[in-house]
Amino acid sequence: MREKATYLLALLAAVVMIGNLHTIFTQLPDEAMQGAVYRIIFVHVPAAINADIFFTIALVTAILFLATKKFIYDSVTVACVEVGAMLTLFNLVTGSIWGRNQWGIWWAWDLRMTGQLMCFLLYMGYLLVRPAISEPTQRATMSSIVAIFAYADIPLVLMAIRLPNVRTQHPGPVLETGGMAPAFRGPFAIGILAMFLISAALVLVRLHQETAQREIDSLRREVHAR
Amino acid sequence: MDITNLTFLFYGYSAGWIIITLFVLMLVARGRKIDGELARLKALVEDRER
Repeated sequence: MREKATYLLALLAAVVMIGNLHTIFTQLPDEAMQGAVYRIIFVHVPAAINADIFFTIALVTAILFLATKKFIYDSVTVACVEVGAMLTLFNLVTGSIWGRNQWGIWWAWDLRMTGQLMCFLLYMGYLLVRPAISEPTQRATMSSIVAIFAYADIPLVLMAIRLPNVRTQHPGPVLETGGMAPAFRGPFAIGILAMFLISAALVLVRLHQETAQREIDSLRREVHAR
Repeated sequence: MDITNLTFLFYGYSAGWIIITLFVLMLVARGRKIDGELARLKALVEDRER
């Protein structure tokens, strides 16, 4: 049942993403200043928004694990962090390629971009901490604490382009200031939805694997106990 | 259409999909390993119960 739901979600994600890419590449005009390359925004920003959504879910489930010690919350945390880290890498790489074209440089050490890189490294730290601890309860507790600590970087990244006295190379906010052309808003919103569906399907697969891994750990203990 | 911008558009989308594809392949490989290990342990437990 769960496998079918995952496949259906993945199929829906593929249909929405392909339909949206068709709109982006065949129906939208080039942007006046950037030409064709602005189309990277339709995957670059949705990747960042969805990474933040999954890191927020990971924060909530990490707190819930510490409060209840139920391992299902730890499984959800690791699944969300892994997918969130992949989306952050997606965001960093696509942004860097766009920056090389528009600014002439691959990278700028400004607050927004450095904060996002820090975010990626902090969550990679979470993923590296887990295999280093073999006892399941201790592993889940320590990694939950790291997940909560890592989340502290997210508000910094979000605020980096909104703070009044901070100058960044990264473009300022366009959504809330009305800087995006009306024709781009629909594909942009669908881009966020498509990326969410893809990510949710990947989280479900990862969650299933984590459940199976717990079953393996339990069977190993059973075998050793006999 | 500016050909330089089109090249970088291609680089951007390619890099993005390569990252997602590698992640999916990593999940598939891990899934196969977990399924194999689970089947092996279940068989071991059943053998010991007999």
